[in-house]
Amino acid sequence: MSDMDMNRRNFLKTSVGAAAVAIAPGMMLYSVAQGKSEGASSKVRWGMLIDTNQCKPGCNDCVTACNNENGLSGENNATNSQWIRKIEIKDISSGRELSLPMMCQHCEHPPCVDVCPTNASMKRADGIVLVDKHLCIGCRYCMMACPYKARSFVHEPLHDQNPDVPRGRGTVESCTLCVHRIDVGGKPACSEACPNKAIIFGDLNDANSEIAQKVHSVASVQIRADLRLNPGVRYQGL
Amino acid sequence: MYSSTPTLAALHFKNRLYWLLLAVGGMVAAAGMYAVHMMESHGHIITGMNNQIVWGMPHVFAIFLIVAASGVLNVASIGSVFGKAIYKARAPLASLLSIAMLAGGLTVLMLDLGRPDRIIIAATNYNLTSVFAWNVLLYSGMVGLVVVYLWTMMERRMNPYNKVAGIGVFVWRFVLTTGTGLIFAFLTARQAYGSALLPPMFIVLSFAWGMAVFHLVQTSIYMWNVKEIDPSILSRKKHLLGVFVLGSLYMVATYHFTNAYFSHQQGFERFILLDGGIYPSLFWWGYFVLGNLVPLVLLYAPGIKRDRWTALAALLIILGGFALLYVFIIGGQAWPLNLFPGYEVTSTFADGQISAYSPSIYEFLLGLGGLSIAFLITTVSVRVLNFMPQDKPYIAD
Repeated sequence: MSDMDMNRRNFLKTSVGAAAVAIAPGMMLYSVAQGKSEGASSKVRWGMLIDTNQCKPGCNDCVTACNNENGLSGENNATNSQWIRKIEIKDISSGRELSLPMMCQHCEHPPCVDVCPTNASMKRADGIVLVDKHLCIGCRYCMMACPYKARSFVHEPLHDQNPDVPRGRGTVESCTLCVHRIDVGGKPACSEACPNKAIIFGDLNDANSEIAQKVHSVASVQIRADLRLNPGVRYQGL
Repeated sequence: MYSSTPTLAALHFKNRLYWLLLAVGGMVAAAGMYAVHMMESHGHIITGMNNQIVWGMPHVFAIFLIVAASGVLNVASIGSVFGKAIYKARAPLASLLSIAMLAGGLTVLMLDLGRPDRIIIAATNYNLTSVFAWNVLLYSGMVGLVVVYLWTMMERRMNPYNKVAGIGVFVWRFVLTTGTGLIFAFLTARQAYGSALLPPMFIVLSFAWGMAVFHLVQTSIYMWNVKEIDPSILSRKKHLLGVFVLGSLYMVATYHFTNAYFSHQQGFERFILLDGGIYPSLFWWGYFVLGNLVPLVLLYAPGIKRDRWTALAALLIILGGFALLYVFIIGGQAWPLNLFPGYEVTSTFADGQISAYSPSIYEFLLGLGGLSIAFLITTVSVRVLNFMPQDKPYIAD
């Protein structure tokens, strides 16, 4: 074998080795950022069942947990983001009072996704409705379209963001169902924080799950069911 | 009455006045750019818009300009599609105004985005179910089509294609204004919107507003050129404007009447028309009295024949249009979403409450900047190209 062949072989070996060293950390980071290697499955339908009988008026633990988890300020000016809020309602005819949390209802047919011009509003295969922060141009049409007023627009520059929950000034955002937790086997912060376990989270499609069994056995409703959006969040005791 | 032979001094004066107009228009546009810069550096926090009133003053300006840009082409359509000579003579000016107002309106819409730097995404990522995405094509297609239409009028060799281009523009602008109305008609949950009546209402409103803009500009151009419009032509156009105003009033009245009939809509109608503070005031005084009644008197009262009264009527119709859009867009959002029918509702996110809105100076500057873009395009074009209507001796056709 000639010297020239040996040189060429060594050169190729070194090049491949150097390329692997250069790419590997990037690949590692990529897989870390992805969380799980497989994508969301359409066999799953994530949802929540909220028991309004267990939800205490004045208790704000779910809201606080959401703000902490997602790096929201927790301030309540008209320009601040509120991914989840407590609503107090009173039946006008009977005077019965209730308290309940309201957030993105993760509709099967989300109007926000229909109207978004750039596909930034999107629904994952497992039913979670999200905003792609790289595609959102901040037109706010989704905010006009959402029947639940679940979306907020980021009106100011942001600081000290939670790396798991990227946000961006000039874009629209809403409850992600804590997708970053769900993708590693966890559950939404609000559900975890509720002292009365009023928020049950799980897979509506899994007949053995607590949520599916409860939805099957107790009366629950969807808010604005007349709109036929089939929200993934249901309410008990309304 | 104007002098028919301009003196040299008068021509010098007009030349200076032209540059002064450009300077003023340029300054307003620069103020608009300043507002954009401020919104870019501070975010929308410096505007009056918030998470309840998500579309504000810029959208009032933008939607007026876009709707009027479609309606102004009526003048061109009556000329090219229906072959009326006095309208055909005005088709180039109408087309110019359409392009100018579209440019102004779209600039405002684009610069009000949270991320105007990403506007290219609207072209690269296209959601087929979004009427906003359709409008990207409808608006840019409109500009292109009107440019071609102008070409068929101003280039003699292209004249044979004028009728085809005219029909194309005629159809396209109906679709375009339908698209603008659908932005609101497709909103399923808001009580002010979500009605199939909105696209036709926008179309008829566009007739009135476009005609009013056309009339105002035409009067200015005639005054500038020390000419007087033929009274018989003025009279026909006056009556057409009057018919459009009555037609649009009918559509707006029908929209409110049908709403007022449904008990689940009565709270909203009461708010917009009776006890909603600024909204009923703007609706009745701004839109109904100043934007309809007074102009109709000015257009139809037998003793009032002077063209400047018609111009005043046109100006009032335009201002009435702004008042109506303010009530429609802002008032429609101020009324709370009805999540729990039959319940009293309170929350930290303004559920169950009328939302407050006070537009900031930056929103006005942005909107006026859009108007000034339309003004500058029109003023410069009218100066450098021949957009003056050339009437043959008038024969009724």
